[in-house]
Amino acid sequence: MKKRILALFLAVGVLSGLLGGCQEATPTDPIPSDTNGTSTQAPQKPAEIAVGIAQDLDDSLDPYHMTAAGTREVMFNVFEGLVKPDSRGNLVPAVAESYAISPDGLTYTFPLREGVTFHNGKECTFEDVLYSFQTCAADSVNSTVVAALSNVADISEGEGGVVITLTAPDPDFLSMAASVYIIPKDGTDQAAHPVGTGPFRFVSRSIQENVILERFDGYYGAKPALERVTYRIFEDGNALFTALNSGALDLVAHLTVDQVESLTNGYQVLEGTMNLVQAMYLNHAEAPFDSELVRQALCYAVDVDAMLALTADGHGTKVGSSMYPAFGKYFDPALADRYPHDVEKAKSLLAEAGYPDGFSFTLTVPSNYDPHVDTATVLVEQLKEVGVDAKLELVEWNTWLEDVYAGRNFQATLVGFDASTLTASAMLARWVTDNGKNMINYANPDYDSAYAAAQDPSHTEEEQTAYYKECLDILSRTAANVYLQDLADFVAVAPNLKGYEFYPLYVMDMSLLFFE
Amino acid sequence: MGKRTNLFLLLGGGLTALMVGLALLGTFWTPYSPTAMGAGEKFAPPSLAHLLGTDNFGRDVFSRVLQGMGASLLIAACVVAIGCLAGTLVGCLCGYFGGPADYLLTRLCDAVTAFPSVLLALVIVSLAGRGTAQIVVALGILFIPSFARLVRGETARHRQANYIQSARLMGVSHGRILTAHILPNLWGVLGPGVVIGFNNAVLSEASMSFLGLGVQPPFPSLGSMLSDSQTYLQRAPWYALSAGMAIALLILGFSLLAEGLQRRRRA
Repeated sequence: MKKRILALFLAVGVLSGLLGGCQEATPTDPIPSDTNGTSTQAPQKPAEIAVGIAQDLDDSLDPYHMTAAGTREVMFNVFEGLVKPDSRGNLVPAVAESYAISPDGLTYTFPLREGVTFHNGKECTFEDVLYSFQTCAADSVNSTVVAALSNVADISEGEGGVVITLTAPDPDFLSMAASVYIIPKDGTDQAAHPVGTGPFRFVSRSIQENVILERFDGYYGAKPALERVTYRIFEDGNALFTALNSGALDLVAHLTVDQVESLTNGYQVLEGTMNLVQAMYLNHAEAPFDSELVRQALCYAVDVDAMLALTADGHGTKVGSSMYPAFGKYFDPALADRYPHDVEKAKSLLAEAGYPDGFSFTLTVPSNYDPHVDTATVLVEQLKEVGVDAKLELVEWNTWLEDVYAGRNFQATLVGFDASTLTASAMLARWVTDNGKNMINYANPDYDSAYAAAQDPSHTEEEQTAYYKECLDILSRTAANVYLQDLADFVAVAPNLKGYEFYPLYVMDMSLLFFE
Repeated sequence: MGKRTNLFLLLGGGLTALMVGLALLGTFWTPYSPTAMGAGEKFAPPSLAHLLGTDNFGRDVFSRVLQGMGASLLIAACVVAIGCLAGTLVGCLCGYFGGPADYLLTRLCDAVTAFPSVLLALVIVSLAGRGTAQIVVALGILFIPSFARLVRGETARHRQANYIQSARLMGVSHGRILTAHILPNLWGVLGPGVVIGFNNAVLSEASMSFLGLGVQPPFPSLGSMLSDSQTYLQRAPWYALSAGMAIALLILGFSLLAEGLQRRRRA
């Protein structure tokens, strides 16, 4: 089960792992600056923890070759870019001391922070940053970042750091820069012995067994409270859960509500969201989904609250459009209530659209991720009430990628989409008429012009936000898809371990954890 | 054994009749719709309203077990029918005529048997896609060799018998010898063979559905119910127990019946 969840992330987040957003309702304890040695408990527990993860880091440890979300989740503690995201989705200076953007949006200045050293003891210089950007642009498997870096005209030394000049303004460039992890230019073999500037250094990886990180004492920032983090790999979901419940692990993320219900060891359970938009995506090129009335009817026919109650005991957040709540700046909770559950309304809309007796269609769902299958199973039942007969077809993940995602050969499908970078466009660009990833063949001139306006660098940030919100409203108004939820994500943490924070992206920040 | 009561036959027959009866009932009538959600509370424990409790969607487990058994038995019947008919045909011809064709077909059957059946079925399903029809065809093909071997051995034995030799000398045609003389004599081995075949077919179908390759949701199948219920083993043990017990009882019934039939034949 765990493995399936990761498989999903691995692929839906095929690109990179930076999602964006702000504001997350999670318990956030401030990091005490002097945790070490101040513990009042009698036998002082060594500041090391065991974290259970569901998959090995077998893609690559090289920062430009990592593909799996699970790998990025671990290596986030080892690597840093010039700037890095924080738990609220802001970009904060990391290797750079600060950043400045010229008014025309073409020049980015990053003065380098004093005393940043790599885990191999060498100091980080302009040469290393230049090398990192060049290597990333040439080598990275993340096509979004490579595309953004192809826009770089020049990288030069100056103003105490790095000056990057673009050929054309790119409002998303800063979040792309956060994906360019800085590595030493005379680097060792990054795939086997990764070296970065993060708060933890990589110690070892034992295949199918564990990955060990240790606190990097030369870190420029606040020193982490934990000295050693061992990620133990359990590819079998039941084994992972048993180890957690026995107390052998201090922290396990991405648990399901059923696992949480079964947990008996008194661990704290924190609830966040998975940062994706789960929806029944409809192919607008296929009848009857070319009709807006039909799509709206389906939205009325589906009872999201009832679905949440059945599949996750009511956990999860309704979304209503292609944006999830961690994107606080753009997310509008009101959109989730645009289509309240109303069977009569759905039936009359269907009649108006020329389907008084309903219709039948095939709902294609990748079989590797149980929550999507469960949701689809409930939807099939709900749609029966308005006379719509949905036939569930489970397919392998690869088949889904090929036929549904790339081939667009489907009627309706149920999956979750996440954002590949810390920007709204990562969620919204795909619905532009001629976008290559416009899987549902959405074609709406109003949407296209609103999106283009949002991308226009001459607009201020407020105007940009307003345009993005308009995009979301258009998606909701035209019932582009049957929007459902952002799934609940549960983390179990040992009772005395504090400081866990949910990020709007798929990472676990070990530097914030401490024992109380 | 003598004239002692054949306990195996009695118990096995009774149990099988009961389970098949329930499955038949399930195809026509269930207390609740097997796919209706919220028929009861989620994870309601067994009660008078829900004999076997409810599952993670509040669906009635008893209704699902009934219909699941019906589906399993129907698939098993089709699989055994394919295996038995094709197997008997191949076995009869091979055993009766012999020759290089017999050698080739026998080796082919050996080759098919050499692979674990679930593995082969997996290959077939991954090529042909998921679904009930695919499972029937895949398992049906896999069941041919066991029947073919059984029938071939028996046919070869009868071919040497005096009454067949006499029939040949009287000029009776091959076709008539096969249908009128040999086939009726095969019932003795085919009977238990069919019952054991049912046994294996129910198990294979359950394994395939357990792996998600057989009956597709939302329709119930014992295998997929067992797979789904794993997650809720602690929260709703009756869910897994119901599906598991249904499979176990079905198979126990068939096994006892097969054993009983064989003992009667030997007696």
